[in-house]
Amino acid sequence: MSRQLFAYITHKNSAADDSAFELAAAAKKIDANASVTAIVTGKGEDLTKVCGQITSAFAKVWKIDGDAFAYPNAELIRAMLVKILPEKSITLLAHDTFGMDLGPGLSVKLNASFISDVVDIEGVKSDILKTIRQEYSGQVSTHVSCDITDGAVINIRPGSFKPEETSIGGEIEDKSSEAEGITAKRKYIEIIEAEIGDVDITKSEILVSVGRGIEDEENIEIAQELADAMGADVSCSRPIVDAKWLEKSRQVGTSGQTVKPKVYLALGISGSFQHLGGIKGSPFIVAVNKNAKAPIFQVADIGIVDDLLDFVPVLTEKIEELKG
Amino acid sequence: MEILVCVKRAPDTLENEITVNKDGTNIELEDLVYSVNEWDNYAVEEAIQIKDKVGGSVTVVTIGDEEAEEVLRREMAMGADKGILISDEAFENSDGKGIASILKAEIEKGKYDLILTGAQADDGAGQIGGMLAAMLDLPYASLVNKIDIAGEKLTVGREIEGGVQEINEIELPCVLSIQTGINEPRYVGIRGIRKVASVEIPVHTAADLGLDASAVGTSGAKVKKLDYFIPETGEGAEILTGSQEEIAEKLIELLKAKGGIK
Ligand SMILES: Cc1cc2nc3c(=O)[nH]c(=O)nc-3n(C[C@H](O)[C@H](O)[C@H](O)COP(=O)(O)OP(=O)(O)OC[C@H]3O[C@@H](n4cnc5c(N)ncnc54)[C@H](O)[C@@H]3O)c2cc1C
Ligand SMILES: Cc1cc2nc3c(=O)[nH]c(=O)nc-3n(C[C@H](O)[C@H](O)[C@H](O)COP(=O)(O)OP(=O)(O)OC[C@H]3O[C@@H](n4cnc5c(N)ncnc54)[C@H](O)[C@@H]3O)c2cc1C
Repeated sequence: MSRQLFAYITHKNSAADDSAFELAAAAKKIDANASVTAIVTGKGEDLTKVCGQITSAFAKVWKIDGDAFAYPNAELIRAMLVKILPEKSITLLAHDTFGMDLGPGLSVKLNASFISDVVDIEGVKSDILKTIRQEYSGQVSTHVSCDITDGAVINIRPGSFKPEETSIGGEIEDKSSEAEGITAKRKYIEIIEAEIGDVDITKSEILVSVGRGIEDEENIEIAQELADAMGADVSCSRPIVDAKWLEKSRQVGTSGQTVKPKVYLALGISGSFQHLGGIKGSPFIVAVNKNAKAPIFQVADIGIVDDLLDFVPVLTEKIEELKG
Repeated sequence: MEILVCVKRAPDTLENEITVNKDGTNIELEDLVYSVNEWDNYAVEEAIQIKDKVGGSVTVVTIGDEEAEEVLRREMAMGADKGILISDEAFENSDGKGIASILKAEIEKGKYDLILTGAQADDGAGQIGGMLAAMLDLPYASLVNKIDIAGEKLTVGREIEGGVQEINEIELPCVLSIQTGINEPRYVGIRGIRKVASVEIPVHTAADLGLDASAVGTSGAKVKKLDYFIPETGEGAEILTGSQEEIAEKLIELLKAKGGIK
């Protein structure tokens, strides 16, 4: 197979995102012999540093330096990629908020197939790529095939592919001149940092975390009482913040806080990858969920299949008894 | 402002345990409770709030079978002015590009300043908005959690990693995918739904939209779902059994050992 493989690299504070090396690993699963080209956009010294970091994992690094790319605007980057990518190439992106912004539209403009949020790749047979995806927050998986005759854009779920130790020592090629004069009808203005709340859950050692299974705003108290008995803080999943039952600063996940507790109690949380993405440092995870098949039980150490509204008060009472 | 919101009928994950059917061809559809995709409710609420501020109209559109009509009525009960059901056997098993090209054909029959989709639906793909924008040659922003109108432009916030908000200026007309939490969708009661029960909802077919049936549906799909399965659980959690009291006692011992009780 002589198909050309590309990976678009995101970076922050002069460092390539972890996903850069995961994309390299994913590309290997499409074609073990492919020489993969990384594409990195940015500005100045930051960009140079990032390009240097990833030469270990890629055979070639295309560097695109310009004022317009100081912040990654997916609309501009799409136009640039459409200009520089060869026909029928396969492009890998991380399925993060940037990849979600870029991937679907890029596939349309390249007239290539699109597969979103891929968690595994089984291989290619006569131009049909076979992948694995998840649906319903991971409750079920699907084998999804994709015709790559005309190329493909593939969004890879962060954390799904294990990076390999490689020392390819790829060559850096400056492609900046090809990206000149590109415009978009969307303009980046500024970043507004997330608000700081009353509790810093990133420092908590024990977290009692509530999800949509808590059912009602009044029931948050049940979790708070357990947390008080345990000496824990209360955190939550995104729907609880959307409903304005708890502050945004208490949300665990990719679009919330990254926490590193010793113990994490997940009450009525299904275990979507965006939620789990915010739990680091391998804590001891206990899940209470009334659905025995909830994906959270795959990552938890201890599971309790029960209605949390019944079970949690019993647990709280027992802990209080013990403390006297 | 003329606003179109794309909505999808999807199984309600809070009401259902999703499992795989006997032959692994689909999820088990029996007894599924459906509602409108969570993200789309926020999109419709946002559209109604914009209309209330600057005038115009809100149209909701869905591709689905006859039963998908109920989600249109629900969103009309919220305050959308008009519903369109796009339905044709030829659309079955469309992939994302198929769905987006059907929506494109519908959009080109009207004149809209703003097109909203949800950030993602039950398949978790998050693809339709971006595809649609590219097909229509309109600017796009995903994961939008704030919209301010500034003349011929919008100022939009995108929610990115860590809950950080990325502010962008985007020209109209445009396509935006809406993230949950942008607003608080209003409650619709039975009475509200009854009020719109007799409103006529037009049904558009492939022929009405001038779509070549071979370009959509099964034959047009380059991306195909082969089967459904339950992922291997690896080690999985140790499930505690016994009475609630017994489970609580076992759990307390485990928690104490791990430093989970201070
Ligand atoms: C770009 C993007 C970013 C996102 N970022 C985040 C993020 O940072 N954090 C995050 O959490 N989500 C995030 N999400 C949302 C994520 O996809 C899921 O929708 C969300 O995590 C689901 O939350 P949940 O588990 O509380 O709810 P659900 O998935 O609805 O799960 C509820 C669970 O509760 C169980 N349950 C119901 N009632 C009871 C009961 N009485 N007792 C016991 N169990 C019960 C159910 O069986 C179910 O498993 C993001 C989504 C997108 C698109
Ligand atoms: C029986 C069946 C068979 C299928 N077979 C295949 C297949 O072979 N290959 C394949 O790739 N996919 C298949 N699908 C998935 C189907 O194509 C998806 O509905 C499509 O990909 C869009 O949904 P999504 O969840 O991916 O949308 P997302 O991109 O995640 O949804 C984002 C937004 O797009 C809009 N939207 C999505 N769907 C609709 C809709 N129907 N009407 C109006 N607006 C909508 C909504 O605003 C939604 O919030 C099948 C689905 C069914 C039910």
